Amino acid sequence: MFEQMSALPIAWLAIIGLAIAMYVVLDGFTLGIGILFPFFKGKEDRDVMMGTASPVWDGNQTWMILAGAGLYGAFPLVYATVLPALYLPLVLMLLALIFRGIAFEFRAKSTRYRHMFDMAFSCGAIIATFAEGIVLGGIIHGLNVDLDQRHFAGGVLDWLTPFSVFTGLALICGYALLGASWMVVKTEGAIQRRAYNFVRPLSLLVLLAMAVVAVWTPIHNVQVFERWSTVPGAVLMVVLAIIAIALCLSIISGISKRKERSIFAKVIGLFLVGLAGLLVSFFPVIIPPYITIFQAASSEKSQFFLIVGYLVIIPLVLGYTVYSYYVFRGKVRAENLSHY
Amino acid sequence: MFGLDAIDLARFQFAFTVSFHIVFPALSIGLASFLVALEALWLKTGRDVYHQLYRFWIRIFAVAFGLGVVTGVVMAYEFGTNWSGFAEKGGDITGVLLTYEVLTAFFMEAGFLGIMLFGEQRVSRSVHFFATFMVALGTLISATWILVSNSWMQTPSGYEVVNGRFLPADWLQVIFNPSFPYRFVHMVMAAYICVAFLVAGVGAYHLLRDRKNEGARTMLSLAMWMAIVAMPIQIVAGDLHGLNTLHHQPAKLAAMEGYWGPEAGKEGDGVPLTLFALPNMAEGKNDFAIEVPHVASLYLTHSWSGQIQGLSEFKDEIPDVPLVFWSFRVMVGLGMLMLLLSMVGALLRWRGRLYDQKLFHRVLMCLSPVGFVALVAGWVTTEAGRQPWVIYGLLKTRDAASYLGAGSLTISLLAFLVVYAVIFSIGIYYMLQLIRKEPTAPLPQGGPGEERHPKRPMSATSESIDG
Repeated sequence: MFEQMSALPIAWLAIIGLAIAMYVVLDGFTLGIGILFPFFKGKEDRDVMMGTASPVWDGNQTWMILAGAGLYGAFPLVYATVLPALYLPLVLMLLALIFRGIAFEFRAKSTRYRHMFDMAFSCGAIIATFAEGIVLGGIIHGLNVDLDQRHFAGGVLDWLTPFSVFTGLALICGYALLGASWMVVKTEGAIQRRAYNFVRPLSLLVLLAMAVVAVWTPIHNVQVFERWSTVPGAVLMVVLAIIAIALCLSIISGISKRKERSIFAKVIGLFLVGLAGLLVSFFPVIIPPYITIFQAASSEKSQFFLIVGYLVIIPLVLGYTVYSYYVFRGKVRAENLSHY
Repeated sequence: MFGLDAIDLARFQFAFTVSFHIVFPALSIGLASFLVALEALWLKTGRDVYHQLYRFWIRIFAVAFGLGVVTGVVMAYEFGTNWSGFAEKGGDITGVLLTYEVLTAFFMEAGFLGIMLFGEQRVSRSVHFFATFMVALGTLISATWILVSNSWMQTPSGYEVVNGRFLPADWLQVIFNPSFPYRFVHMVMAAYICVAFLVAGVGAYHLLRDRKNEGARTMLSLAMWMAIVAMPIQIVAGDLHGLNTLHHQPAKLAAMEGYWGPEAGKEGDGVPLTLFALPNMAEGKNDFAIEVPHVASLYLTHSWSGQIQGLSEFKDEIPDVPLVFWSFRVMVGLGMLMLLLSMVGALLRWRGRLYDQKLFHRVLMCLSPVGFVALVAGWVTTEAGRQPWVIYGLLKTRDAASYLGAGSLTISLLAFLVVYAVIFSIGIYYMLQLIRKEPTAPLPQGGPGEERHPKRPMSATSESIDG
């Protein structure tokens, strides 16, 4: 499996992995705000919640586009098999994201229809998250790919399994946790106290969900089972599990000490542990159960031509992201939302 | 749905989403360059009216840009979901080109869109002008990549086929493929013309409300200058593009001309110009036609009886002839109409009556979307015309499709129809609200709160949507 390894596909996995991680964390908390919307009914509360995300929201989504575009150019086989296999949840996700985005834009410009845009924003966020979770679960579960013909060979509803529904629900909890801990950082007073209340139950739920996925995956995937029952996979998984538990405990103890920023950082850490777990379990497989990054890679010429562009753009977008978070740093208060 | 199979549904979905999408990039490309012109005029002359028009049109640009991004993302995903055969076989080339489009669009957005939209009170005038210029350049570079990709699919070159996949052999040949220069010029000019007639229509609308309005006069004047310069260029570019098509995609050209081939023993008649026809695919002839003999021979081959390949020579590998034939006529017809309008405008200006000819203003106002209709018709001609190929001569559309059932496609198509209907009603309604505002509104003063403006395109407008 490893003999035909070359550096380019691995570099591309790293680039796309970075883009996905950035997207999950950054758009995750924006989606989380939408998921938590129904629990914050007051107009002012919701204005503040929107206000925490509005200056940076657009940039957050660019990471998904960066990941998607990179996948198309560097691993066209992934694009050609995963997208048709997960057709319905992906379409659902796209439409929900569009809906959420438009609601986001127009909510600020309307008083008469504000409640409608509120609902569209919240529903869009919940549906998009659930669909993203299903996509994740569907991929982990494995796709029926015809390797000779290089296309998806399964049925329309293959993605609909108890496992994928579970990961869909789990991701809703996960993004809600991100959203709540982001609000803890960006708000103060009553609304911050309410956000704090969500952190403990949600972080326990997320830890539980990660444990369930960790047990469920090797049950139906022999390779993952083998990976985990041998060294170094087993050791790495134990280490990751310990880190996850430690992070979760530390998040919970941080609540009473009001450690705003470190809570958010640790929640991000929890997500990164999850992604690392996937990497440990599947690398170099990119479409479970069989297709590796080397089989899915586009030609060397294509990957090389493309990597030049990414080497220029990634630092730029990173810098831009950091800069906009720096410009809009600090707490968001209802009274200075005039810009919004 | 309606007895359509999966390929028809996928094609319809793509046609639907891309037709909606194309309007917004065209608007962004044209408006961005228009904004550069306005800001340059303002910096050069110091006249407030140019600055006011800049502020007026930048809000519409922001909304168009936002909607263009949203609909563009849908397009990119459709390559994988609905056209996975294409993504897998052609992804090594088209995926890379599309990715470069995304990267350049980001480059522009990350670097300059924020300054352009929100930076006026914070950076010097020359820096701001530079940002506007870079955004306009960015829209053109984005268009370049997309047109490279599309042109490569129409006239592929610089590739090699390995295990059924199209791999890049020479990137320079891939990028500068035979039809790219023509397609690029034709599309960019089309975007400029679309915006010229939009601006002219909006200027005319405000002139009809207030004959003295300086902003409205300036808009109308600038737009008519643009139209009279751009229309002749576009017609020449279109003609050259047509000759390129004759050379590389003869079946498409024959469909555009509605020409099935010479009747037996009558080769000497040359190719007629078909003004009107009812093409009959089943029998391979036109049921009814109004023709001008020899004229098409003249403009296609520059000889009285020059021949081109007729549709009957391509057997089953021809596009839907009525669709191509008629969409081409819509494009050309509207092009002629726009040429006429711009000549009337020039004549009125020459006589000093550009600002008080009410009938002309009413016509311009009603015809303000005319450029966009011609643009979409042009794309229908070129895209439907290359059928049954998705990569011309190499990959058939049916082999490019995903293995999806008609059920999934029907569901997603209906969902797209509903969501697009909602989004575009809101978006276009909002744009119309912005267009109706007074173009010479007093300029806003920056206050202390300005510093923390968000950077999303649509927040460049603070107007309420409620009206």
